[in-house]
Amino acid sequence: MLKIRHLTRPGLKPVDLELAEGQCISLGGPSGAGKSILMRAIADLDPNEGEVSLAGQLRESIPAPSWRRQVVYLPAEAGWWADRVGGHFPDPDLAVPLMMRLGLSQEALEWEVARLSTGEKQRLALTRALLASPKVLLLDEPTSGLDPDAAAKVETMLHERLAEGTAIMLVTHDTKQARRMASRHFRMEAGALTALPGPGDLRGNG
Amino acid sequence: MNFIALSYWDIGLASLLLVVNAGLSWRLRLGLEKRLLVAGTRMVVQLTLVGLVLKALFAMTSPLFTALAAVVMVLFAGREAMARQERRFKGFWSYGIGTGSMMAAGTIVTVFALTTQIHADPWYDPRFTIPILGMILGNTMNGVSLGLDRLVSGAHQQRPAIEAQLMLGADAPRAMRGITRDAMRAALIPTINSMSATGLVALPGMMTGQILAGVEPVEAVKYQILIMFLIGGGTGLGSFAAVLGGARRLTDSRHRLRLDRLGAKTDS
Repeated sequence: MLKIRHLTRPGLKPVDLELAEGQCISLGGPSGAGKSILMRAIADLDPNEGEVSLAGQLRESIPAPSWRRQVVYLPAEAGWWADRVGGHFPDPDLAVPLMMRLGLSQEALEWEVARLSTGEKQRLALTRALLASPKVLLLDEPTSGLDPDAAAKVETMLHERLAEGTAIMLVTHDTKQARRMASRHFRMEAGALTALPGPGDLRGNG
Repeated sequence: MNFIALSYWDIGLASLLLVVNAGLSWRLRLGLEKRLLVAGTRMVVQLTLVGLVLKALFAMTSPLFTALAAVVMVLFAGREAMARQERRFKGFWSYGIGTGSMMAAGTIVTVFALTTQIHADPWYDPRFTIPILGMILGNTMNGVSLGLDRLVSGAHQQRPAIEAQLMLGADAPRAMRGITRDAMRAALIPTINSMSATGLVALPGMMTGQILAGVEPVEAVKYQILIMFLIGGGTGLGSFAAVLGGARRLTDSRHRLRLDRLGAKTDS
């Protein structure tokens, strides 16, 4: 579904990659190796070169905002633009069921962003991204600040999305999580992406 | 009119005040005496030169030379506005955005005033054009530099907030809205404050000047009100153009935030 050909920008060696509907791939490698740079390039957040298409439609043929509604990038530390949590949802009522499933109460909508914990921010940012119902999710360590229980809830929700046909690229340093979630595994090192032959090679990933 | 011309002796006498200040600085070891005297001398030389230039300009009443003087004023204002930026756009844009906005706003407001309210004859009479443009530019320059400074530092500090909106499919103007709004407010608030305080805290310089020159206070006030409107209009138009132009330059056609178009922080 997502086709990437010769995607490159400073700090990133040309990347060729295909991601099928309902498929999850994991991406490991040391920090600073270019994982976020790759995801930002796919979401067209930085100037880059190469051909990226979704279901046969070239990225450049549609306005960038429509592209980013279909290919959502969720950084490890998401940004917040309103004072209160509720201000980040076009329709806060729609957010409540998702928030509840991630272990957050409805009152969280009234909370001040400045007082959120890392884990709360991460779950709320994920809620925000999932509400956009993207076709591709680019997730940068979505469970790094969560306890195992909350992380499991996130994984369950992501599995549901995969079953509905969403494609996911998952950056994770947790090899077990990579095995649980992804069918193919990649490693980024010094700006170069390499495919790992099988799950057995995940050792040392991260 | 009972205008009292000053003799050079009068001015020399007044300059004694500066000399007294310099003496105090020397006595109290403030280390300011040299700077005080240099600044005082610069002021005298610069103003004398301006006086001579204006005298020649007024005698000619040439549209060409009036326009030339106006352009030079705009270019200096543009330089000053750029120098006040803590973080500037790379290349020509650091100068271009502010100067272009001031050029447009200054021209529109000055021509509007000269052709419709102050019926000068000819309308470009430098005796009216140059002082009015000067007053408008001085204030527009403040607005433009405050607005651009706030815009650029806001985009820099709030990059995660702007990009979070872009990532979820907001277009660039939408994602920049909070910051452009802040920048516009920062640009306009000094003008609003000066309008509400004027006359109570201090008498405006131009009005004082006219009164000293023998103009009836009520007539001087009318002129001052006109000038305040022109200043407000010029500052608003100029800042609006500069902030919107700057916001455009900070983003691109693919709705990305382009902080790479900014240079490093300067210590000004």
